[in-house]
Amino acid sequence: MSEKFDVIVVGAGPSGNSAAYTLAKAGLNVIQIERGEYAGSKNVQGAILYSDALEKIIPEFRDEAPLERHIIEQRMWVLDDESFIGTHYRSDAFNKVPYNRYTIIRAQFDKWYSEKVREAGALVICETTVTDLLMDGDRVVGIETDRENGSLYADVVILADGVNSLLAKKAGFHPEIKPGDVALAVKEILFMPQELIEQRFNIKGEEGVVIEMAGKITQGMMGTGFLYTNKESITVGVGCMLSDFKETQVPPYQLLEQMKNHPSIKPLLEGGEMKEYTAHLIPEGGYKAVPQVYGNGWMIVGDSGMFVNAVHREGSNLAMTTGRMAAETIIELKAAGKELVASNLAVYRQKLDESFVMKDLKKYKDMPGIFHTNPQFFTAYPELVNQAAHTMLTVDGVDKKTKEKEIFKSFTAKRSLLGLMGDAFKLWRAFR
Amino acid sequence: MSINVEEKLFQNRYKVDHGRPHINIANPEVCAHECKTQQCTNVCPANCYKSEGNGRVVLITDGCLECGTCRIICDDYRNVDWEYPRGGYGILFKFG
Repeated sequence: MSEKFDVIVVGAGPSGNSAAYTLAKAGLNVIQIERGEYAGSKNVQGAILYSDALEKIIPEFRDEAPLERHIIEQRMWVLDDESFIGTHYRSDAFNKVPYNRYTIIRAQFDKWYSEKVREAGALVICETTVTDLLMDGDRVVGIETDRENGSLYADVVILADGVNSLLAKKAGFHPEIKPGDVALAVKEILFMPQELIEQRFNIKGEEGVVIEMAGKITQGMMGTGFLYTNKESITVGVGCMLSDFKETQVPPYQLLEQMKNHPSIKPLLEGGEMKEYTAHLIPEGGYKAVPQVYGNGWMIVGDSGMFVNAVHREGSNLAMTTGRMAAETIIELKAAGKELVASNLAVYRQKLDESFVMKDLKKYKDMPGIFHTNPQFFTAYPELVNQAAHTMLTVDGVDKKTKEKEIFKSFTAKRSLLGLMGDAFKLWRAFR
Repeated sequence: MSINVEEKLFQNRYKVDHGRPHINIANPEVCAHECKTQQCTNVCPANCYKSEGNGRVVLITDGCLECGTCRIICDDYRNVDWEYPRGGYGILFKFG
């Protein structure tokens, strides 16, 4: 294996596959290394696929990709211990082709995507772990794998190796991740008959519902829960910042089990047969945690570069887009006969800055900090708004004016008037 | 509420690389004598780290979900040597 390639792609998740596919389609000589038995066997996601990002790479994906349900309804719940208050948005506009997003099962989806990469002409090698980057001075010239005589050489190496990017860390491209920059999510997939899912969520055919949740389910930690409908299964999970887990020492599987037993969630899961339990880190450090993403002979894409919009629960679309943009940068530089060194690869970062990827991350750059230092958003407020709803909706002979006063008093007792105003200001600043 | 995570892990598919754990505790003495919090024993989502009565921490990686939590959460002592399993070994997600 001493042949030299144009590009080596490490990892076969959404970012690596998008990079490898785009490069191979353009006729470049690409090799992609994946440590799993097949692409997808090491990958974990909720999982929602956002059509737009994939459509820009494979316009006809809907005809072939293994998709579960297109989303026609999004529910957002704020939970107290025995209640939730929330909004549901359901629209028939989401029920018209082309659908905007789908639930997917990653092991199946990634396998399909990897097949597309092969068809496009890339050499995909599975069951191979990349152990090191090969350097010539300060330039990356290839990789070392755990195969015998496993060195490979290329003009550029794309690191699509996921949130635990040991390669970039070992090479000193970025420091070790901090517990405050990642969330730990745990998830189960529960199988049940298709008709049962359709009855429970008021859907038919391939329509789907997602529920995003926040509040007491995370037991005071900064985090969210989710429940997604697949064709014949439901995925249910919860994720919180690792720094919060470290402090509270709540076992993640216990957190998940307690959430599954919430009186508003339990009936939705009843009768489901659990077939897999997974855990995964999500890079949620946002704009300020994005490392240097290119250098002499290397580029970083996807989770490895912290490209996740935690506020909107978007990640796979940022992964696909960064993978595509890294590939397009290489294609353009190659065509112009330019070297793949830092000064030229800087175009990649410019492309990211001009796209929704960095614009969205920048918009919410203060969000992680604000939620870290203000846990009331995950505890006191969910409790207060649920109690307020309960007070207003309980008919007990008390007049409404008195009830309003009672509610106002409950808010000022918990947070004080100044505290309330401060919180409102902080939220406005973080979301504007 | 006490949850038996082993029952959950039982649903998963693994190809265990016997005798070649991909994670090791660098210096067990640090866990036993210096680390007071031992957060790995609670926060590892597969409960691979167990606290022994004598203050020592025992690691068995067979059920590992390869999330990376233990490595990152041990930021006070950096006492976890964490590598990916050899190609093809470890957790094999059926659904992911």
